[in-house]
Amino acid sequence: MAPNPFRSLLEEADPATASGYVDHPPRMGFFTDTSVCIGCKACEVACKEWNHVPEDGLRYTGMSYDNTVGLGADTWRHVVFIEQRTRLAHQLAGAAAGDGATSGIRWLMASDVCKHCTHAACLDVCPTGALLRTEFGTVVVQEDICNGCGYCIPACPYGVIDQRHGDGRAWKCTLCYDRISVGAEPACAKACPTDSIQFGALDELHERADRRLAQLHEAGVADARLYGRDPGDGVGGDGAFFLLLDDPEVYGLPPDPVVTTRDLPAMWRRVATAAVVLAGTVTLGFVRRAR
Amino acid sequence: MNETDVTREGLEHVRPRHASRGEQPMVPDAEFGSYYGQPIINQPVWRGPDIAGYFFLGGLGGAASVMAAGAHLSGRGELARALKIGGAVAGALSTVALIHDLGRRARFVNMLRTFKPTSPMSVGSWVLAAYAPAATVAAASDLTGIAPGIGTLATTGAAALGPILATYTAALVSNTAVPAWHDAYREMPFVFASSAVTSAAGLALVAAPLEECGPARFLGVLGAAAELGTERVMEERMGLAREAFYEDKASTYQRAARGLLGVGIVGSLAGRRSRLAGALSGAALLAGSAFTRFAIFEAGLASAADPKYTVVPQRQRLEARGGRSTSAVTNGHAPADAVPSEPPPT
Repeated sequence: MAPNPFRSLLEEADPATASGYVDHPPRMGFFTDTSVCIGCKACEVACKEWNHVPEDGLRYTGMSYDNTVGLGADTWRHVVFIEQRTRLAHQLAGAAAGDGATSGIRWLMASDVCKHCTHAACLDVCPTGALLRTEFGTVVVQEDICNGCGYCIPACPYGVIDQRHGDGRAWKCTLCYDRISVGAEPACAKACPTDSIQFGALDELHERADRRLAQLHEAGVADARLYGRDPGDGVGGDGAFFLLLDDPEVYGLPPDPVVTTRDLPAMWRRVATAAVVLAGTVTLGFVRRAR
Repeated sequence: MNETDVTREGLEHVRPRHASRGEQPMVPDAEFGSYYGQPIINQPVWRGPDIAGYFFLGGLGGAASVMAAGAHLSGRGELARALKIGGAVAGALSTVALIHDLGRRARFVNMLRTFKPTSPMSVGSWVLAAYAPAATVAAASDLTGIAPGIGTLATTGAAALGPILATYTAALVSNTAVPAWHDAYREMPFVFASSAVTSAAGLALVAAPLEECGPARFLGVLGAAAELGTERVMEERMGLAREAFYEDKASTYQRAARGLLGVGIVGSLAGRRSRLAGALSGAALLAGSAFTRFAIFEAGLASAADPKYTVVPQRQRLEARGGRSTSAVTNGHAPADAVPSEPPPT
């Protein structure tokens, strides 16, 4: 589409503009404020219902209240449950606490989702063009094009997209492309009772998140940090970003994700060199003997 | 970091994956946070026989076509014919393997729907789409004697595409978030190029008469030695992901590769006057080259399955960058009251 295939990696900050959209709406995204997530899983249910995402196994995992395990072809919102022997800021110890500081427990909950990266590896590596960038700057799989090659799956640094069993194609969150195209908010955000999931123009969400972060720091929640907010990170910032209360890896998120195609120009150069060496070596093999 | 008391094993502080498999880690596990030991990235859905098999076949065919051109031009008729047939068969099997691995096989033609340099798979599909017919025409013309002019043209075309076909697959696997693949991107093209030469030379030693096998023997020994060397360098430079080459299947395949390549080298050198010894050495080189690809493939799977390969290097990278990370600058890992302790600029 774009004249220079690596252009989006080099210059343009707005992914829709980089993809060739001229007159497009503002970039839309999610701000998931995990500090107010109550783990109700309404987002998981609403997503499945709206998007006709099939059931993918009802099993007991032993991972706190999480039997969903992770994002995949049939899970586009995933609520994580983390139990920690530490307190949240000035939180009082639980009712059962009789022995002071060590008995405090905090429960972290967070609703994970496709990040709709500024530099999306899944989109870059898709050989068929099934994955596309929408006018909203989001990343969507065209189900009538995808041939199930599976390349996007190990390309995603977050472990979001996956192949659906019995279907063969790759599936992931569309940021409810159908709903946002007619001005409605995505199903998960609509269903979220605490506004932990906020949908809107990304610029506005950034401002809102910065204010929320300052508020939490002021309240003594020193561990609060934004994840995926920084346009200077390895994926150029996320269209869906988060406020977390611990290190990203505790939530199953990579601490420093990088879009793999950042290194692709170097890979191609090395491949070209290796190909030339191969041709040269074989030539040598025959010339040497021909003397 | 997670302190859930009830886990799958009913025990506290247990990383489920390691516990259930009863593995003994090579080195004490690095301390790192994870979500119940779950992998960070999703597991590749590629099947080994299809994809690692394709890496081998693409290398075999690609290098065989280059050697076929050399044999063709230097008047080694039987060697040229064997290599042309090898290229054609490898090209055809490659196509079958790739289509077989698709989730929607009927849509294989969508691979040629667009051309994307950002997708090595797209580039490779076009290369294979041009290579396979060229290699087939080259072999068919040689076998039937029909249209020798077109045969020479096809031989040249296949030889021109061969080196790319043999090496682009390194960019294909490296261009993922799989630690043992991505972190090897600098050396992997050279491992694949060496391995391709090894396998094509092995095929020549198996299929061609002794008196025409001089170049193949030379290239087999050189290729296998380079394969062993570059693979070692690749591992040594890749950091923590190297451990994935010593897990389960990867470790077995890698030992097999090293052993077979060693046998192939010694056999090629020692058995230069025996057709049988040459053929056996060639078979060892072929198998060794295949095991190299399967070892790399399996190491990637192992590194994708364990979050430590993703988390630990990224965490180290963040810490090495110090203040440059999002979490450190914008929000501060450190408590808010610790921030003023940085010396203010004077």
